[in-house]
Amino acid sequence: MNTEVQTPDAWEPNILAFCCNWCSYAGADLAGVSRFQYPPTVKILRVMCSSRVEPAFILKALKDGADGVLVAGCHIGDCHYIDGNKNAEVRINNTKKALGKLGFDKRLRLEWISASEGLRFSEVIRDFTEDIKKLGQNPVKEKIEPQINADERRLNASANKSAANVQGREVK
Amino acid sequence: MSDSNVVKKPVESKVDQEEKRVGVFVCECGVNIGGVVNTKGVADYIGTIPGVKVTSVNKFTCSDSGQADIQSKIKEHKLNRVVVAACSPKTHEPTFRACIEEMGLNQYFLEFVNIRDHCSWIHMWEKEKATEKAKDLVRMGVERSKLLEPLQASEVPVTDKALVIGAGVAGMQSALDLADMGFHVYLVEKEPSIGGRMARFDKVFPTNDCSICILGPKMVEVARNKNIHIMSYSEVKAVDGYVGNFNVKIEHKPRYLDVAKCTGCAKCSEVCPVEVPYDFNEGLGTRKAIYVPFPQAVPLRALIDMDNCISCKACSKACESKAINYDMQPSYTDVNVGVIIGAVGFKTYDPEPRHDFGYGLYDNIITAMEFERLLNAAGPTGGHVVRPSDCKEPIRVGFVNCVGSRDKNTNIYCSGVCCMYTIKNAQLLKEKRPETDHTIMYIDIRTPFRAYEESYNRSRNLGVKFLRGRPVEVKEDPVTKNIKVRVEDTLAGEMRNLEFDLMVLATGIVPNEGIGQIQQLLKLSKAADGMLMEAHPKLKPVDTTIDGVFLAGCASGPKDIPYAVSQGSACAGRATILLKNKKAITEGITAVVNPDVCVGCEVCISMCPFQAIRMDEQAEKANVVKALCKGCGTCVAACPTGALEQSHFKNKQILAQVKNVFKFQEVAA
Repeated sequence: MNTEVQTPDAWEPNILAFCCNWCSYAGADLAGVSRFQYPPTVKILRVMCSSRVEPAFILKALKDGADGVLVAGCHIGDCHYIDGNKNAEVRINNTKKALGKLGFDKRLRLEWISASEGLRFSEVIRDFTEDIKKLGQNPVKEKIEPQINADERRLNASANKSAANVQGREVK
Repeated sequence: MSDSNVVKKPVESKVDQEEKRVGVFVCECGVNIGGVVNTKGVADYIGTIPGVKVTSVNKFTCSDSGQADIQSKIKEHKLNRVVVAACSPKTHEPTFRACIEEMGLNQYFLEFVNIRDHCSWIHMWEKEKATEKAKDLVRMGVERSKLLEPLQASEVPVTDKALVIGAGVAGMQSALDLADMGFHVYLVEKEPSIGGRMARFDKVFPTNDCSICILGPKMVEVARNKNIHIMSYSEVKAVDGYVGNFNVKIEHKPRYLDVAKCTGCAKCSEVCPVEVPYDFNEGLGTRKAIYVPFPQAVPLRALIDMDNCISCKACSKACESKAINYDMQPSYTDVNVGVIIGAVGFKTYDPEPRHDFGYGLYDNIITAMEFERLLNAAGPTGGHVVRPSDCKEPIRVGFVNCVGSRDKNTNIYCSGVCCMYTIKNAQLLKEKRPETDHTIMYIDIRTPFRAYEESYNRSRNLGVKFLRGRPVEVKEDPVTKNIKVRVEDTLAGEMRNLEFDLMVLATGIVPNEGIGQIQQLLKLSKAADGMLMEAHPKLKPVDTTIDGVFLAGCASGPKDIPYAVSQGSACAGRATILLKNKKAITEGITAVVNPDVCVGCEVCISMCPFQAIRMDEQAEKANVVKALCKGCGTCVAACPTGALEQSHFKNKQILAQVKNVFKFQEVAA
């Protein structure tokens, strides 16, 4: 893999953030209401719970050229769905391990951000943006085929299989 | 082919095959979005996306004219998907869902894109980049909207009973209002008596009414109301269920006597040999190990403080009604309610651990709550304010405001009530003993609302001195035990050395004990100040993000009594909407199993936090119980075969967004 990455001054990372509806999305709202400025490097995708985020989504984003992926949920103990975030933790950490083999693990981050932590939300984005700037552009970006129309279900299924991982729980 | 497939497929394919006609409505939100994002540019770019039939820019899309624009364009362009790029769906999604539903569109055909809170407000000085980002965000929304499927919000029945947690003045008001409207209310209070903090105040500002004289009758009214079931000395231990149908487990802590037999005569207390600091009097004076909480307590029943009881059984012998039972165990009640009102109250900031302004180091520095009890005729000194070191009545009294408030070392927020109660306390003592001399050391004096400023003026006229400044040094005179304070008078611009016989700290409002437990039980959020968070600070001040759960009083931040009472009534009003309609609308977002793909591996069953997935033993397929499914999607992400889908957050819908995040840069490059 080409590890030579070009980082022109003007280059700004592209980060996709999966935010849970109840805590982190509201935290991002609060950052807005409070006008805590952060770089326009992040685009937020709302899910109901951080545990909804499949490894396939992360792989897809990285494959499509995201320089970083953030998954944000409620603090442990505060999950709107009792312990969905604990499942997310297992799942994201396993995905991180798998990505580690490709040298991509630092491009994935899991954070707990509550609805009252607008300031923290902006700090996390700033911090992650700096980290990604150090890592440079996603090397896959230049190699991607212009159109990726692979069967999504297959992509999904294979990602889940490779990450039987993912359950972190025993399968009967 | 099974029957279910025959029914299902045509519906899906109809939605799939239908030509997608998307209308995109970009809101300027006055200058909130329009001042940063080039909304016209966003609309022009989005108009080039296949399937987008019309774009429109409105000054305020949520206004009447903005909504009328959406409706007329739905009609004119035969739109079947609507994308609104505006503020947060958390506040405005219901508005636009209702708007498109009026035009006969399924409400789930709305896609809401946040280009204000997540774009214009946080990239205020990067207008071009913010515009590019807005284009990306809206494009993600457009592509997702094309894949949205119709859903039916479901109706659930609402049990016409309410639970109120906390029987302070706010909780009591909620309970009374609901009971008067004919609903049954369980009023749970962790202390042995209802009344809350207000029962401990001597007088209340700005009218200087006797606190218990106005609260006492209300407490009795609560006790007499046939629709209110008081559960004192009880705590909520578990909450299960959802709006309309909460199952709540309540623990009744043992009082070690039979409340049905106890008459509250307090003969037991007379014979009890154990004396411990009296918590009701802020630890001043003593009470017995068996005691009635305070003279006006409701219910007027005794209890034994088992931590301090020496088991001498003297009380048992003295009790004429044979009420005492030393072996009592906690008991539990399960109740089913439709709504929950959290009025969990507050506590005052404790200056002891940090020794703020010398509290805890020097005898003659007390908190305002302690001062309040000293002023009270039923307090430890019968209403004589004396100083702790020698029990002499002080002449020179200093008050320090903003202790544990407006201080970055403790709490940055303003507690809002301390200025007023300090003014009131100084007035009360000055009126009782005109020879006393009072100095209030403050940062700012804050007296909003009716008759508050007048009360401040009255204090000045009485001769109370106001000194703008915070003590920088507090020392005790080793002989006289007087308090010597060095304070900067910031108005005069000079340092002052003052000496007081007694100094009173105006401690602020902090979250109550056990607020974390209530937060987790009810699945609420905490704000930065540690109090519980309302659904919207302006427009939904007593609602929470959890349907059917409301907050009153200091549970959601510092408040004075009228504000807390108003919130109590407000909660009752909001709750009545559900209780009276007897039904609640819940989100249609749930997990759905495709039986053709499910292999019955049961992974989802182990993942579900709500035990909402059951195994269809015959077919060996998983089956989602819709009434139990909360729609988190945990199981969907875990399904190894892709048989599970989360409606409204289907894989293809999310992937459509993921795919479109970065397209714009590619095109631009």
